[in-house]
Amino acid sequence: MSDLWPRVEALLARVEKPARYIGMEQGSLAPVHGPGRAAFLLVYPDTYEIGLPNQGLQILAEILNEREDAVAERAYAPWVDMEREMRAAGVPLFSVETHRPATEFDVIAFNLSAELVYTNVLNLVDLAGVPVRNEDRAPAHPLVVAGGHCTYNPEPLAEYVDAFVIGDGEEVVSEIADVVGAWKRGGRASREAVLRDLATIPGVYVPSLYEVSYDGPAVRAITPRYPDVPATVDKRTVADLGEWPYPKRQLVPLIEVVHDRLNVEVFRGCTRGCRFCQAGMITRPVRERPREQVTRMVRDGLRRTGYDEVALTSLSSADFSGIADVVADLACGQEGTGSVGISLPSLRVDAFSVGIAAEIQKVRRTGLTFAPEAGSWRLRQVINKLILEEDLYSAVDAAYSQGWRRVKLYFLTGLPTEMDEDTLGIARLASNVVEVGRRHTKQASCTVSVGGYVPKPHTPFQWFGQNGVDELRRKIGLLRDELRGSRARLKWHDPAATFAEGIASRGDRRVGRVIERVWRAGGTFQEWSESFVLDRWLEAMHAEGLDPEWYVTRHRERDEVLPWEHISAGLHPDFLWADWQAALAEHGLPDCRWTPCYDCGVCTDYALEHVVASPVAPAGGSQGTGQDLSAGGEVPVAFLGRRPVVAS
Amino acid sequence: MKGTTGVPVRLRFTKHGKVRWIGHRDVARAMERAFRVAALPLAFTEGFSPHPKVSFGLALPTGHESDAEYLDLVLATDLDVEALPERLSAALPVGIEVTGAVRLEDRAPALQEAVTAVTWTAEVEPPAEPGAVRAAVERGLAAASLPAVRRRKGREVTEDLRPVIRSATVTEVTEPDGAVVIELELATQPRSARPEEVLAAFGLDCRRARRTRQWIERDGARQEPLDADTRPRAIEARAS
Repeated sequence: MSDLWPRVEALLARVEKPARYIGMEQGSLAPVHGPGRAAFLLVYPDTYEIGLPNQGLQILAEILNEREDAVAERAYAPWVDMEREMRAAGVPLFSVETHRPATEFDVIAFNLSAELVYTNVLNLVDLAGVPVRNEDRAPAHPLVVAGGHCTYNPEPLAEYVDAFVIGDGEEVVSEIADVVGAWKRGGRASREAVLRDLATIPGVYVPSLYEVSYDGPAVRAITPRYPDVPATVDKRTVADLGEWPYPKRQLVPLIEVVHDRLNVEVFRGCTRGCRFCQAGMITRPVRERPREQVTRMVRDGLRRTGYDEVALTSLSSADFSGIADVVADLACGQEGTGSVGISLPSLRVDAFSVGIAAEIQKVRRTGLTFAPEAGSWRLRQVINKLILEEDLYSAVDAAYSQGWRRVKLYFLTGLPTEMDEDTLGIARLASNVVEVGRRHTKQASCTVSVGGYVPKPHTPFQWFGQNGVDELRRKIGLLRDELRGSRARLKWHDPAATFAEGIASRGDRRVGRVIERVWRAGGTFQEWSESFVLDRWLEAMHAEGLDPEWYVTRHRERDEVLPWEHISAGLHPDFLWADWQAALAEHGLPDCRWTPCYDCGVCTDYALEHVVASPVAPAGGSQGTGQDLSAGGEVPVAFLGRRPVVAS
Repeated sequence: MKGTTGVPVRLRFTKHGKVRWIGHRDVARAMERAFRVAALPLAFTEGFSPHPKVSFGLALPTGHESDAEYLDLVLATDLDVEALPERLSAALPVGIEVTGAVRLEDRAPALQEAVTAVTWTAEVEPPAEPGAVRAAVERGLAAASLPAVRRRKGREVTEDLRPVIRSATVTEVTEPDGAVVIELELATQPRSARPEEVLAAFGLDCRRARRTRQWIERDGARQEPLDADTRPRAIEARAS
């Protein structure tokens, strides 16, 4: 047992933001290690400011630390300056609570929220002093485990991560702690044995126990090596969020981080059915937290942390049953000093949502964000983001009439069936939004944020060939030309980074070596534009004899074995394929929370049910409220012209 | 604090241990959260975006410790000021502890202008032999000027540190590992210097430093900020 703090502290005067490395968050526990306790190091493979607010890591740390036989600490990726100092001084990856070396833990567990962090995962394993490949590790080395949304296609990291956890972690983390604890108390003899044991836990995938065979460039089969290893690993799902009121002690960091506020998860899962959205597909069904529990968690959390802002988090918080009452309740009944801000990330696009936003944001009405995602009703039916233009304009009208001055719109480009007129529809919507705003104020402005679409596993678009770098650049160019001189400001995500994300998103086991090469060439922090170079990825693909276009821009056929075929989010492949065909036919699909089941497979196969307090859809918008979805076609909008009216 | 209604109060607090690596603004945010946890009835400014009336003293450079940091705040309603240190310390991060609280006169000058000198203890990076350190300090104090290159608003400027240094004394104290400790008294007006800059001007390496006192000097006397501009207890008794 060793404390690296004196050696860490000696480096701090020479690095940016030294407080990233001190821990000391309010609410953090003083972990007690011991020979009988399975020790977990929970790592977020990005900077402290990005990683600290991650609720998953905090929830798992609390659950593990509540156990008598387990202990958990946290770690984050040191920024490049600190990593350089650490490597020069021989300081390994450490926990922030007790500054203990990573190798003194039994498990190093990573949260995988985005594919571009994969090179950081390898770098951190290496910085810990652990061989990066599974096959090179000895029993003395910690187990390397990963969870989070990206594990629904674990294959790119299959040769680097010993075990993946698919789905909600609240229950399975304890089952893993049981197995690891027994392994530790038995003297950590054989890695093979503990991995075989872990593979018997539902939701745990141990890639070394599966053989992948290939048929030319394609995967032929993914087969378990032993009869007791499951052919398909099903995700874990917590049936009742009300049983898991975590985090109970949300950490309050001493430096500014993203989402620096109290966060209370109001529901998990989303059945809006947006076809591009992996989160919505893999987290079904909808499970609402009981309303009284939400209120209690907000009140207790604010009192304990001293925060003056709370976010009610979910994939679409305006859909929470009785959200208006909850918000009204929270907005008035706060004692103490000053006012409390409430924020709803992922605001739905309709006037009802803006009404709620007005209720909770009495002051500082600066900017509101909406995500129509596509520029035409036709394309929004393809992606099943069923927002009518009139919903958007009435939302914007409501926002400006209630004092907001800036509107931000999120769009994707490179979506299936997207034609130039759909892309240009983004500019048209933005110009119209500015016009609506200008009826209220001369200063009305609109920011348009455009991201390149990356098809994700376990979605109806998993078969779609992603747009290449040049095509995305061309589409962004169209928008730039169209919006030149307009009051709408365009921002876009780098198409080169979108391409690299595409390699990792639907990559197979062979892509692992590409990630390793990118890492060895110095490619860490690939989510950060200052560190990202696409050529590193392309050179690595070439060196491994892999064709980037085959992985990224190629349309898949129905009978192709997808690299994640042995992982199940509960969605029937037939359902996903039928939904893909419906997309191509421009048919929308209503939200199954309030309409009859169309058997995606999750509830029926896993014996789950939606946990939704309200039997009817929220008022005020057309999303999920029974608009005519039977056919495609532009919905006529009477009150605005096609072209923006530009004052001369 | 000037032009206020309510009860002006001055707090003294420490910054010890690992929290020395958080910045001045981080300390301010931690204080504001602690005020809310302790449910202090702070007075707020008027206007479109009301904020609590809190003003901090001299910023402590990130990485240094302190026994004596100060802030002034205004309470909307009176309360037991003597209980404040315990109430607030319980809500603050480990290492930040409120060690004193007093009521201020209504129009007490702001800390940033009122404080004119500070005392530091600075550890010289070992190995450094006490005799050699003493000689370096004496040489530095004897110099007519101690030019130092500093960055101001992105530009490099040369400034003379000698007028900032009121005194520099090599103490008898040594750290367990033999590090020599120097006590510095530095002027803060019109601007001060960091202890590591002063030690560098002496040709020494500073390992760590701790601000031990701050001084308000007026009419030939000098007082600790908790003793200056405070409301005498007798008046308090009469007023209540």
